[in-house]
Amino acid sequence: MPANPFNGFTEYGIGIGLRVPHYRHILAKKPVVDWFEIISENFMVDGGRPLEVLDSILEQYRVVQHGVAMYFGSADKFDREHQKRLKRLVKRTKTPWLSDHLCWGSVDGRYTHDLLPMPYTFAVARHTAEKIRAARDYLEVPICVENVSSYAEYYASEMTEWEFLSEVVELADCGILLDVNNIYVSSKNHNFDPYDYLNNIPHRRVGQIHIAGHSKFEKYLLDTHDHPVLDPVWQMYAHAIKLVGSTATLLEWDDRIPSFDEVHNEALKANKFRDQQLASSAA
Amino acid sequence: MKRSKLTNSATNNSPRVPREISSPAKLRELQRVMAAALFRPLTPRWDMQKRWIDGSRMGEVAAEFIKPNDRLSSFERLEIYNRQYWFRVLDCLYDDYPGLRAVVGERKFIKLITVYLARYPSDSYTLRDLGNRLEHFLREEPHWAAPREELALDMARFEWAQVVAFDGPSKPPIKPDDVLDTSPAKLRLGLQPYLSLLELDYAVDDFLIAVKKRESDVLRGEASNAVQSAPKAAKRRKRVRPPKREKIYLAVHRHDNMLYYKRLDLEAFAILTALSRGATVEEACAEAVTASSRTKIDWPVQIKEWFNNWAALGWFCRYRECCT
Repeated sequence: MPANPFNGFTEYGIGIGLRVPHYRHILAKKPVVDWFEIISENFMVDGGRPLEVLDSILEQYRVVQHGVAMYFGSADKFDREHQKRLKRLVKRTKTPWLSDHLCWGSVDGRYTHDLLPMPYTFAVARHTAEKIRAARDYLEVPICVENVSSYAEYYASEMTEWEFLSEVVELADCGILLDVNNIYVSSKNHNFDPYDYLNNIPHRRVGQIHIAGHSKFEKYLLDTHDHPVLDPVWQMYAHAIKLVGSTATLLEWDDRIPSFDEVHNEALKANKFRDQQLASSAA
Repeated sequence: MKRSKLTNSATNNSPRVPREISSPAKLRELQRVMAAALFRPLTPRWDMQKRWIDGSRMGEVAAEFIKPNDRLSSFERLEIYNRQYWFRVLDCLYDDYPGLRAVVGERKFIKLITVYLARYPSDSYTLRDLGNRLEHFLREEPHWAAPREELALDMARFEWAQVVAFDGPSKPPIKPDDVLDTSPAKLRLGLQPYLSLLELDYAVDDFLIAVKKRESDVLRGEASNAVQSAPKAAKRRKRVRPPKREKIYLAVHRHDNMLYYKRLDLEAFAILTALSRGATVEEACAEAVTASSRTKIDWPVQIKEWFNNWAALGWFCRYRECCT
């Protein structure tokens, strides 16, 4: 499923996140990279250096927007200012699709700046799907929603996380940004089989995949994005690629960020699994 | 652990989570409780408070809506989010306000920021705006910065001005040719929205430069869903000697997308301030020169030099555009 309506019928390869410590290297060395993912909110500003850098990147690279503050799952309506600025940025980047998280993060206009887990109920799925549809209609770009890593579950939930994700994306008719690392982290924190998750979502809706590293604590895993991808996550990625096909994949590395080359090389490891999948498809 | 029953003590002041989330209204109730739990400051040991708003046990409150697992209680699971919230916001302001941190000291800074954010939780989707009410807070409750209340206020204003200058809006700059035909008696000039004019009682610019020399590798995680450790407050750094009282006038701006702060003469500051209020060029200059105590100045030459410099820096825009 390399190209589908949810990623704007594109066939992007392996991308990496555009991060401040790498700006100078990228602008000076112009390394070959399939595409960059930007955090939308970092560029939803009025001027200055961030937009200057973005415009330079856009001259040479394909850019996909990934947001952290749309909060599809918040009971609040969308922040109008956020939406306006996001739309302006979509026009600037010409992102073929846009992603944000299946989570909530604000209530009554107060922001937690976190990606908080949803209660998995049918009423919440309907509410969330309505917001995703509204966002897509306003922004006029395909939307993929990303599963988050979580550390808590609610008594109120009526279904599993993957059932909830499936319910939401079917109701919203949107795509999935499948974060394989997040599934792994949540599976350890909530005692479920991550392959049940991978096997039971609508694969045709996966428009993009995220991979990342995480940290192990005594009683739980934390999604820290500050390590290379761990083996169990690579194994899950290989399985995901078998299920969904060769899909645009991005390595997230957001803290203790090493050199550009180290991050890029880690991301390119994903090619091995994509090549294996392509070979088996051809056979 | 058994799920606790809802207690009768639940009131509007101590919100509780409904058993079923069957509507957006119920969802909002859950989110209000969870957000209230996250916004509650951590204990000095960076733990979640043991008591809820109404004095009941936090463990019981958490157990009403969060499932435990075989390793973590409901309290401990909620505590992960409570910590993440505070580590994230404290880390953000820790990085954005190195000057204020140096003025009040590391421990007091954490306390001050905690009280500030408990009073004014973030009202913006972006962490960039987290300090947008810090000046207001320091005016309301200066004692959190004691004994350097005034210096702290100056520094907070100065550091917020830098946030604005870094990525604030800009308007097309006016070139001298654009206004040649307009008489100074009628000409009004706007100032770039990213430009802040500050009248300060301390030389915070020199102080901050000295502080930053001692700081290194300030990096902020951008998208991670997790913040794993407490802010860096525990690290001990040699302190820079606080500045003595000294009146300065400062323009905080950007040029070629680089951040700058520029000292201004009193009269130059007065002219720019008057322009920002809507005075004509003639009114602004006359007001500044009349109020000046300096005598041996060739004012026409000096003012022309200033205006040329400000125009070259791109500070002027059309009057009606500057605030739209």
